[in-house]
Amino acid sequence: MKLEQLLSQKGPGILGKWLNLALETYPSDAHRFLKKQKDRFANPVGTTIEREIKSLYEELLREIDPERVSPILDRIVRIRAVQEFSPSQAVAFIFSLKYLVRRELEKELRENELFDDLPGFEARVDEVGLLAFDIYMKCREKLYEIRAREARAEVSGLLRKAGMIGMVPVWKAGIEKDNGG
Amino acid sequence: MNFVVGILFSGIAMIILILIPWVGVGAFDLRLVFGIIVPYLALATFFVGIVLRVINWARSPVPFRIPTTAGQQWSLPWIKPNRIDNPKGTGGVVVRMIFEVLLFRSLFRNTRLEFRKGPKITYEWEKWLWLAALVFHYSFLVIFLRHFRFFLDPVPAFIHILERLDGFLQMGPLPVSGLGVPEVYITDMLLLLALLYLFLRRLYVHQTRYISLPADYFPLFLLLTLGLTGVLMRYFLRVDLTAVKELAIGLVKFHPKVPEGIGVIFYIHLFMLCTLIAYFPFSKLVHMAGIFLSPTRNLSNNSRFVRHINPWNYPVKVHTYEEYEDEFRDKMIEAGLPVEKMPEKAEEGAGAKEEEEKKE
Amino acid sequence: MSDLPKPEDLAKVKHLPPIWKGWMRTPVEIRSGIYCYGSKPANLEYVGMPNPREWSPVDEDWKLPDNWKQIFLDGLRERLEKFRSLKIFMDICVRCGACADKCHFFIGSGDPRNMPVLRAELLRSIYRKEYTTAGKILGRFAGAREMTYQVLKELWYYFFQCTECRRCSLFCPYGIDTAEITILGRELLNLLGLNTDWISAPVANCYRTGNHLGIQPHAYKDMIDFFVDDIEEITGVRLNPSFNRKGAEILFITPSGDVFADPGTYTCMGYLMLFHYLENLGLDLTWSTFASEGGNFGYFTSHEMAKRLNAKMYAEAKRLGVKWILGGECGHMWRVINQYMDTFNGPADFLEEPVSPITGTKFENAKTTKMVHITEFTADLIKQNKLKLDPSRNDNLVVTFHDSCNPARGMGLLEEPRYIIKNTCNHFYEMPDTTIREQTFCCGSGAGLNAGENMELRMRGGLPRANAVKYVHEKYGVNMMACICAIDRAALPTLMEYWVPEVGITGVHELVGNALILEGEKERKTDLRGEPLPGMEEEEEEENV
Repeated sequence: MKLEQLLSQKGPGILGKWLNLALETYPSDAHRFLKKQKDRFANPVGTTIEREIKSLYEELLREIDPERVSPILDRIVRIRAVQEFSPSQAVAFIFSLKYLVRRELEKELRENELFDDLPGFEARVDEVGLLAFDIYMKCREKLYEIRAREARAEVSGLLRKAGMIGMVPVWKAGIEKDNGG
Repeated sequence: MNFVVGILFSGIAMIILILIPWVGVGAFDLRLVFGIIVPYLALATFFVGIVLRVINWARSPVPFRIPTTAGQQWSLPWIKPNRIDNPKGTGGVVVRMIFEVLLFRSLFRNTRLEFRKGPKITYEWEKWLWLAALVFHYSFLVIFLRHFRFFLDPVPAFIHILERLDGFLQMGPLPVSGLGVPEVYITDMLLLLALLYLFLRRLYVHQTRYISLPADYFPLFLLLTLGLTGVLMRYFLRVDLTAVKELAIGLVKFHPKVPEGIGVIFYIHLFMLCTLIAYFPFSKLVHMAGIFLSPTRNLSNNSRFVRHINPWNYPVKVHTYEEYEDEFRDKMIEAGLPVEKMPEKAEEGAGAKEEEEKKE
Repeated sequence: MSDLPKPEDLAKVKHLPPIWKGWMRTPVEIRSGIYCYGSKPANLEYVGMPNPREWSPVDEDWKLPDNWKQIFLDGLRERLEKFRSLKIFMDICVRCGACADKCHFFIGSGDPRNMPVLRAELLRSIYRKEYTTAGKILGRFAGAREMTYQVLKELWYYFFQCTECRRCSLFCPYGIDTAEITILGRELLNLLGLNTDWISAPVANCYRTGNHLGIQPHAYKDMIDFFVDDIEEITGVRLNPSFNRKGAEILFITPSGDVFADPGTYTCMGYLMLFHYLENLGLDLTWSTFASEGGNFGYFTSHEMAKRLNAKMYAEAKRLGVKWILGGECGHMWRVINQYMDTFNGPADFLEEPVSPITGTKFENAKTTKMVHITEFTADLIKQNKLKLDPSRNDNLVVTFHDSCNPARGMGLLEEPRYIIKNTCNHFYEMPDTTIREQTFCCGSGAGLNAGENMELRMRGGLPRANAVKYVHEKYGVNMMACICAIDRAALPTLMEYWVPEVGITGVHELVGNALILEGEKERKTDLRGEPLPGMEEEEEEENV
């Protein structure tokens, strides 16, 4: 048996545990809600992670194609980039898959003498993890970018075009800096 | 406060409450105290407490009309309004409140089943809370009404009918009927099951476990004990019902006397009831009265066509148009905006005005 | 293998299980990306709010008066006496948890204090300690806790993480409304000068210049004149709006965001075109530079401040001698008008019961407030066949509609905007039922939270809404979301840019402006945004070449 076959066979069990690991990064009172509420509109975080982590697992069973993997990762990481995580915490759940596989499949790996194949799989996990970090950074950059853009959009493009900006006090300045307009 | 401490605290309070009548009647034979004095005190506490509570609520006015609208407003004649969820008048409010109080409508709103994902049927039915709450409250009501047979002589017909409906399981081939046990009331079972569910849910659902206070576990324990002692008395540790009825009627007629031969279990049951009603006005259980006064539910959405008065409305400092014009008059004139007062320099001002009129 | 890390260790986050501690013992850290900057002294001073000073929420010392606790508790007592809602909501919650997962901030973050029930418990715990016997004696065991500096900070942090959207109140079996608790909670915080800059600056601006943005009268007029030029360029028709005109029949008031920020400006152009179209049919309407704000950030400060800012509307209507007031597309503006305005500043007995001068329709539902929502007004016009519309000009748009929280749950304005959209667009698709109408999800930026510094909060709060948009985008190709709220028009483009960049945001009257066939207009090549109309793409390119 090949490692990929084994991973595919044991997919549902591993996936369930991996999903739990990812969801357990949220405050404990929210676990059950994130896990059990299957309405994708009532629970976008839980259902998105569940859906995408599944696709991600499938991708990990073959050569990593960033074109395919990135959109999947994006949908998870985009959420985690605006939640209470440090950058490492936001993507750590990916790397935990390596240890999860070693622990859960120890017996099968030994029986089938597949330990030698593991580094290949683990390298793919690493690759995905690094990719996730790139995406995380992109999301954070996006946040700063939209902050800046929003500050500009406070003034209509039309008014800017007309050179009327000077006539308009900036919202944030309030009364203070706006004596006489 | 974590949930273990909360449960322990409520549990210990509960045990003490059970021990009080047990020791009081069992060891010291204080039947008079637990059969007559405590019930009267509890009743008095309940009535005075509830009345004071409601008066206290009612003393605060409703300054603004803030119903939560849950449907289309009444506007243009060809747009169908939702007269119940967005009531325009008292009629709609009454219906809305009836739905709310009798059917727990808002709770029923809990997320729907649609968009079930995948072939799995693991989807949790969101309405369990609603169902359990409904079952609990209605079982309690039926049991409460059934108990009137102890207080009323002769027993009214509707109570007999209620008992018969409630006990129809007796006719079934239930094993318990063979044990010489009296008919099993469905509501007894439903009440205990619903309470158990509500307790387990509080523990099992992380969100509710996180927010639960001892004050949330305590009433559940109290009600469970009340129910369990009742069930024990009815099915296993029989007490002299004639004597109980004598006591009950004595209480109702204000000629209280304590007949001999009522088991301790009855006094525990009675004490639980007394605790419950005395605790009622000071706890979250007042939601029973509060729901009727909830401004987001008991008001119609009519404040655009019927004036709502705020009794403490007071004048506030505003920035008047005059102040505004005084600050910006020159700029307004320059921009050709009409002004109320022309500036001192009459000529210049008049000139500006003429110009402005010409423009128009 | 025992030397390998456990998978749990790696993925787990340190803030994990507060369950053994309980929320009261779990301290709160004020995090950047979540909180808004503190109010500036000048803005508080201008409107006479207490404790103006320079301060920052992340500072240890918030520079409060020595008797801050007394002020807070006295304020709470006063409000319990004045608001039955507060008393009842403090007493009757059974913590059933039905509201817990209904809040967009909880759904997006999992932060337990964003469960509406816990947000309210933050204040309830103080109430119990001060006003209930059980709380005084049993303390924590009765869910009561002492008011401390730390608790004050916690209250501040979480009352400015609520958008007062009322979604929780819909699901509460007793109608407990977190918006009401947040409103009163913020009122208490304002007694100590604890507002945010993003709210207090607009309040001061609005007080002084009539609008949140501080646009002075001449600039306000110039901006509208500029839209007039732009409309002329697009349609060939010259409009002639009037300002502060005495004797007009109708006064029009809209959020100042519409005359100032994209894409609200296009909605404003839509209003202008509609009014111009109706002039020949008998519409006699004026704009005002004084009552130049429909929105009311005072409402996010205190009831009193809301009243002080709202007063301008009736005052200006009276000064100009109009018969009634027409109000633009705005969310909380309409909750204030529907549920507060007449009570605040009425009776408006100097006005008349609104009647549409074009159709003769009596707006009986606005009999005492005398203010009509523009979608009610326009829906009536369309129904009575008074508008010549060409919906195909919006054919490049696949539209969905976002119900803004306040018109949905504080008014019930659901069908009017939909009717207009369906008559001005050919492609309209609803988002899923559990995310629209009375169950609508908030934009995540309402109630004064649409600042820049709290972007993370806004993005996670808006996730449930964006998620539903993404669904209709993928399923039906939706590329435009209409809304009737100025905060939405400011906040949703940002939300979409992060979550569903393919979808744009529009006001309903921008769609009207595009579809409306003006008398004597030339063949339009572009829409109000200057983008080529369907079928005009090539001509546009040629011209550009």
